Amino acid sequence: MSNSASLTGARLWAMAALRILIGWHLLYEGIAKLWNPYWTSAGFLADSQGPLAGLYLWMAGDPGRLTVVDVLNQWGLTLIGLALILGVFSRFATLMGAVLLGLYYLGTPPWPGIESSAPAEGSYLIVNKTLIECVAMIVLWLVPTGHQVGFDAYLTRGGNR
Amino acid sequence: MSDQNDPKAPEDKSPKQSAGDSGSGAGVDRRSLFKGLATIPVLGALGATAWAKRSADDAKRQAIVDELGVTGDAPAIIDRLTSRPPSDRINVGIIGYGGEGEALVRAAGFPAPDWVDTQRQAQINDPRNRRLEEYLAHGDLNLELTGVCDLFDHRANRAVAASSIETRPGGAPAGRGATRYQRYTEMLEDPDLDAVIIATPDHWHAQITIDAAAAGKHVYCEKAMTRTADEVLPVVNAVKESGIKFQLGHQNRQLESHEKAREVYEKEILGPVTLIETTTNRNDRWGAWVWDIHPDGNPDTIDWAQFQENAGHDVPFSLERFFRWRCWFDYGTGLGGDLLSHEYDAVNQIMRVGIPKSAMASGGIYHYKDGRDVPDTFQVAYEYPERDLTLLYSATLASGRGRGKVFMGHDAAMEVGSGVRVLAEPLSTRYADMIEEEVVDPDRPLLTYRPGFRGLDAVTTATEEYFASRGLLFTYRGGQRVSTLWLHIKDWLDTIRFGGEPACNIDRGFEEAITCHMATMSYQLGRKVEWDPVQQQIV
Repeated sequence: MSNSASLTGARLWAMAALRILIGWHLLYEGIAKLWNPYWTSAGFLADSQGPLAGLYLWMAGDPGRLTVVDVLNQWGLTLIGLALILGVFSRFATLMGAVLLGLYYLGTPPWPGIESSAPAEGSYLIVNKTLIECVAMIVLWLVPTGHQVGFDAYLTRGGNR
Repeated sequence: MSDQNDPKAPEDKSPKQSAGDSGSGAGVDRRSLFKGLATIPVLGALGATAWAKRSADDAKRQAIVDELGVTGDAPAIIDRLTSRPPSDRINVGIIGYGGEGEALVRAAGFPAPDWVDTQRQAQINDPRNRRLEEYLAHGDLNLELTGVCDLFDHRANRAVAASSIETRPGGAPAGRGATRYQRYTEMLEDPDLDAVIIATPDHWHAQITIDAAAAGKHVYCEKAMTRTADEVLPVVNAVKESGIKFQLGHQNRQLESHEKAREVYEKEILGPVTLIETTTNRNDRWGAWVWDIHPDGNPDTIDWAQFQENAGHDVPFSLERFFRWRCWFDYGTGLGGDLLSHEYDAVNQIMRVGIPKSAMASGGIYHYKDGRDVPDTFQVAYEYPERDLTLLYSATLASGRGRGKVFMGHDAAMEVGSGVRVLAEPLSTRYADMIEEEVVDPDRPLLTYRPGFRGLDAVTTATEEYFASRGLLFTYRGGQRVSTLWLHIKDWLDTIRFGGEPACNIDRGFEEAITCHMATMSYQLGRKVEWDPVQQQIV
């Protein structure tokens, strides 16, 4: 893992680009939800059929709980996306992003025997884009670039002084 | 929280390492500075494009809203009943405590004890089921259930048990308990009784309403208002002469979506409407009135003689007829009085159509060949030549394919259920320019109105699904799910306490009753019938 600290050239820019693109995706997902006064996670939670269905139904079952979940989603996506693009607190952000995407994946995982009521735009078996993005997030956590391309460069230096 | 706190994080050394790789000190700082800020333009690009997209979407939406002139506001509850003193309590009697009677009494604040137990258990079995909580969140209507009249002992006893229940909505105190009367006329003699809720089979509605009006008791009467056309005018006259507050049980008058649909129609968003299609689509025994026969029902526990008094024919004791009375014209009018009445009333509320000039009905008993004499498949065409309008009603009790309620205008079509959806007509005159400019897309709704609600619906049976899609079970006020029955009863009580007219008053009841009877008569006579407004009769 220590080798990741010294990415150079194309490797560095490719990893940074992956980080920034995933950040873009999450940030706009977050902003779009913040801008939409009618957005709620209720439908997603209610359709949940995976191993966490019980937990998700519980979350959706009460307006107070649902509001907390909605706000965490909106701001979680926005802040993680922002952190990834700017490369600030990027290790913490990638870890949180991996957890969040894992939770989305487990909401209705494309496993045999689980039928989602929401139409999918492609054909998926066990692996879908959410899972791939989740694993990409883990890669970004293991191979950080924020200290080279991003604000973490100043934060870590500031930490040393 | 930041990376530095992570002992495994390798970043601490990295800037120095990369700096060491790249040469002189001044060069390092410039290069690091560049790399540190390298992603700022990306953020700028996202911000700019997101903002541009939002502005374009907003402009499009605003152009449509400006053109249509509608608002996103929802009706609010004006709670005039809070903190009313006990002296303002209204004493109510229930006449007919079957399925609908129980629902009305519960909405009025007196749930049957076994219903409360069932809901508690349902909530344990399925945490999504929040019906009891939602029920208890309704406001206290400040009523006392003082009288109960039902011809079946078991139901009368359940109603009496409900009258003194402690678990009540809005933190209301336990009821004081009701008296059971063998005959409703004895109940009407009680000077402390203020009002009655009539939820008997239809063949008793007219007589009880007339007697209650004569006794000066306010009336909430279930639809259909009467069983026969001949009973309509005597009821109207009795109510008007007595000055009582009369509410007909079309609780969907309280629907938020109907208010919105009315606004859409009044703002002429649809253009000229020449055709309205309303439907009933059910496919379960319960929805076809094959209701449970209670095991305790027998000639000793049911007052059959009294049940038969106002019926069309005198027939021997029949459990089927008592418990499934909607299947016979002797007691009701089948689809006409039960479901056409709701559909018609919705249209009358939204477009104020009144009584049609003519009605032509057809249909038959095509699926439920169980001895009933009312049709299970029923179609009606009403003509309103003065409005340049046809109103269709099409019903089957043997297929659940949803067809909704559609108002078809030259410029746009509107679907109304628990929400409202308006789609522009591709060849609309009014929206031609906006369609040309791609501000309006005929393939996507011009306007949708979904009542605001954050949470889950737990709708359990097929018939309930039907009722919910028609907005007959609940609506939304301020984002909260509210029973339409509760709102409709409250609306009636408000007029008793503070004056004014109930939402579905005797004039609306008159129009509903005549219109529905026109369809039933047309079906029975096998010909087109017309309304003679001068003679005030169906010919």
